[in-house]
Amino acid sequence: MDSVISILTIAFSAFLIQNIVLTQFLGLCSFFGVGNKEDSALGMGLAVTFVITLSAVATYALYIFVLVPFKLEFLSTISFILVISGLVQFVEMVIKKYSPGLYQSLGVYLPLITTNCAVLGVALLNIDKSNSELSLGMNFLIMIVFSFFTSSGYAFVIYVFALIREQIAKAPIHAGLKGVPIALITAFVMAMAFNGFVGMF
Amino acid sequence: MNKLAADMYRGIIKDNPTFVLFLGLCPTLALTNNLTNAVGMGLSVVVVLAITNALISMVRKIVPADIRIPVYITIIASVVTVMGMLMEAYMPALFESMGIYFPLIVVNCIILGRAESFAAENGVVDSFFDGVSSGLGFLLGLSVLGFSRELIGTGAVDMLKFRILDANHAPTIFVESSGAFLMFGLIAWMMNTIKLNKEKKEKEIATAAKAAAKAAAEAKKAEEEKLSIASAQPESTQPEGDLRG
Repeated sequence: MDSVISILTIAFSAFLIQNIVLTQFLGLCSFFGVGNKEDSALGMGLAVTFVITLSAVATYALYIFVLVPFKLEFLSTISFILVISGLVQFVEMVIKKYSPGLYQSLGVYLPLITTNCAVLGVALLNIDKSNSELSLGMNFLIMIVFSFFTSSGYAFVIYVFALIREQIAKAPIHAGLKGVPIALITAFVMAMAFNGFVGMF
Repeated sequence: MNKLAADMYRGIIKDNPTFVLFLGLCPTLALTNNLTNAVGMGLSVVVVLAITNALISMVRKIVPADIRIPVYITIIASVVTVMGMLMEAYMPALFESMGIYFPLIVVNCIILGRAESFAAENGVVDSFFDGVSSGLGFLLGLSVLGFSRELIGTGAVDMLKFRILDANHAPTIFVESSGAFLMFGLIAWMMNTIKLNKEKKEKEIATAAKAAAKAAAEAKKAEEEKLSIASAQPESTQPEGDLRG
């Protein structure tokens, strides 16, 4: 029962309290670059969720089963980025072959994801979070839950952000505020709102 | 020398990575809660960017175009790893405070962007200085943000050892995570307005110059017409004179 509650806490905190975009500042380039249209924000959000969850499993397995036994932890950054870019390429090819419809909607975002700092960031955070007191299976479960909910938090925030920005685009604002400045101020208001979740647990 | 100065101006002011191109936003917002972190991050990026640009420029002719991005990423990740080990050994406190944002320099858009758009097509020395100038632009952006956030949010700047406000009265929102967006938004708004005003002024000067040129041309035309009228005068007055006569 305790472990169920702790998993739920991790999920909730990854999704809302420690939101990857608004409090950890990861994935901001794509957040401001793509988050101005509802459709593209949704596509990017789903693609990122998929890639982060998949690459988290791959990099964590690589770390536990290869890097740690051979004492190569210092190679984690370089090996993770290679695994991620290879994985993104692979996912792109698979989707292109088996699901052309999905490729049409997600394909353009996939190459951009390699350099999305959220993907490498979550891979590195997973290493920091891994707790040697827990069993390997439990660590693995926590890692998957954390990665999935962190990336869902990204998808959720970028989608809401895109909805707000579509409305702001119609508003009469000062010429100097148009574009990135108003997007930053919008993100500020959203970050303040998300701060409200702090202390719920 | 003049070319170098022009390159420096372009990298630091005209194409400033932070305020003009909005690249590398993650560390820009995450590590500017105080000036020390901001300068540490900015200097690391200057060094990494100069080295990776030079290295990528060295290998640009032997790397096949199809696999250039993985090769660039590998080079960048190696340089960042080596830098990280050096920092951990000699500046452990700063390295600790940068946390996961130090390894994330690998995926900083500025580094891959400069590699792809400059180092892949230019010589080693030029690429090195391009890296230095873009890095300095990034350092400037981070320092401005770090300085203003720390000054307003805590009332003092630790690194420069001065205080303008008692810490209890400072609006701490600026050093919290949400304040990063606010401060950056306000500075970007200011920069944008200055840019727009400059463009408007230039446009006004241009239209004024155009109007002046038009007026001058019209005056000249009128003068010529006058002259031609004047020269035509005798002929046209002739018949009148004749009539009168």
